[in-house]
Amino acid sequence: MRRGASSFNLAAVALGLAFLYLPMAILVIFSFNASRLVTVWGGWSTRWYAELFADGAMLESAGVSIRLAALSASIATMLGTLAAIALTRAGRFRGRTLFTGMVYAPLVMPEVITGLSLLLLFVALDLDRGFWTVTIAHTTLTMCFVAVVVQSRLVTFDRSLEEAAMDLGCPPGRTFLLITLPLIWPAVAAGWMLAFTLSLDDLVIASFTTGPGATTLPMRIYSQVRLGVKPEINAVCTLMIAVVTAMLVVFSLLSKQTRANSE
Amino acid sequence: MAETRRRAGGAGRSAVLIPYGWLVLFFLLPFLIVLKISLSATAIAQPPYTPVFDPSAGLAALKEFLADLSFDNYAQLIADRLYLFSYLRSLEIAAVSTVILLVLGYPVAYGMARVARRWQGLLLVLVILPFWTSFLIRIYAWVTILQHDGLLNQALVALHIVDAPLTWLATDTAIYIGIVYSYFPFMVLPLYAALEKMDESLLEAAANLGCPRWKTFWLVTLPLSRPGIVAGVLLCFIPIVGEFVAPDLLGGSSRQMIGQTLWTEFFANRDWPAASGVAAVLLLLLVVPIVIYQHQQARELEGA
Repeated sequence: MRRGASSFNLAAVALGLAFLYLPMAILVIFSFNASRLVTVWGGWSTRWYAELFADGAMLESAGVSIRLAALSASIATMLGTLAAIALTRAGRFRGRTLFTGMVYAPLVMPEVITGLSLLLLFVALDLDRGFWTVTIAHTTLTMCFVAVVVQSRLVTFDRSLEEAAMDLGCPPGRTFLLITLPLIWPAVAAGWMLAFTLSLDDLVIASFTTGPGATTLPMRIYSQVRLGVKPEINAVCTLMIAVVTAMLVVFSLLSKQTRANSE
Repeated sequence: MAETRRRAGGAGRSAVLIPYGWLVLFFLLPFLIVLKISLSATAIAQPPYTPVFDPSAGLAALKEFLADLSFDNYAQLIADRLYLFSYLRSLEIAAVSTVILLVLGYPVAYGMARVARRWQGLLLVLVILPFWTSFLIRIYAWVTILQHDGLLNQALVALHIVDAPLTWLATDTAIYIGIVYSYFPFMVLPLYAALEKMDESLLEAAANLGCPRWKTFWLVTLPLSRPGIVAGVLLCFIPIVGEFVAPDLLGGSSRQMIGQTLWTEFFANRDWPAASGVAAVLLLLLVVPIVIYQHQQARELEGA
């Protein structure tokens, strides 16, 4: 029996959500401000979006960021899913503690450390820095998030279907593709999306590991913000929030449908 | 059955090799390089550090390499007060922010765990959603609000709380606001996960036995939510120590956090060994909390 929420509980939740959403709402509203001043309301307008789409450098960076996020998220999803399988299925193996450590550490590691250390590796390996080095860096970070998301699904996974398939002579790799993957796909997709947005949002690691010609969108935004607040930045931030929100809505609808189908 | 499990285990074992190799190459090895370079002398050449270890030259090279190692960077880290103050300031800001996060996050997480089940999923999504948007965007949102003629001052003056606009940007208050805002979901989610699992009949039992509510909270709720508290505190404290964006955009330039110091050494001064030394010491500071965090995660997983 639940005692239900008191008015204090409800107020705490409401205030918490207001705290989380009010600054974002202000940012979005002011991206439609006609005034050049970001603090004075001058009526509704979409002129900053028009200016944004005329800004070649910004668009180019957006292109770099989207390609980078899609590529690194895809590699990270494969590696992270494998890592999750290893963590939940492989039992005790040699070096497991080290492996677990390497999967969880990047989740809390300050980005300046991850960024700097990866850069020094790329220099030591004499790799040309640019798009590919950032891809590797983002893959390394985001695969750990994918691993955690997929792992939490695998832990509660009913293995009898897999065992049935394998008892009937299906090899493990095929069993994974035909049985396991279709059942865990919402977690894998969520992992991909998380990896995509983390890559799209990252400033610090990209700044360390990038090279000429590969300026990501957050790097471009950061250098502009340092010079002062501009309504155009509000517009690009609003678009980034919109992309992420749209992805989440599509995903939650899809996974709801899958759940309905499987029930 | 046992045979099937064993085969599945075998598959799991071969699955581990690729991510294992990747993480050794791109996560573990870089740290070793950081340690090594932090023991090198600055040079103007590109890459700006010496000595570079050449493993193909064998033992003689190794000996020469070891002889060339220098602890100058560490000596400098200790001697130069700037670094020491940066570390202390980072620890202070991280500790204070984490306490604020816990105090603000706990009632929210508790409230979420108490509302009707059918609303909890939605609330969870609403708390997670900001995590999916960029740190940079979230901090930027506050830059506009906290400006001298920003919305906060406009509101405060309009409500006659203050007579003249206050200075928010470039103060510690701004840093705390930005950090607490950015890390809020990281604190609420683990707390909620722990509180949501709590068996409410324990609270009723305490109430039936005449225990006052504050005492029930202190003796039952708080101890039961301990794993959530530990996870939330570590999940916030560790990355905040190395935080860069919030202090850089919201804080003043006079006293830096260690993440900013590292950034300056690297990008402005191009002193890679000094930056590596800063990173190595930061890593050493954080090793203990990181190990506790991993231990906690592993135990949580085995319990699930």
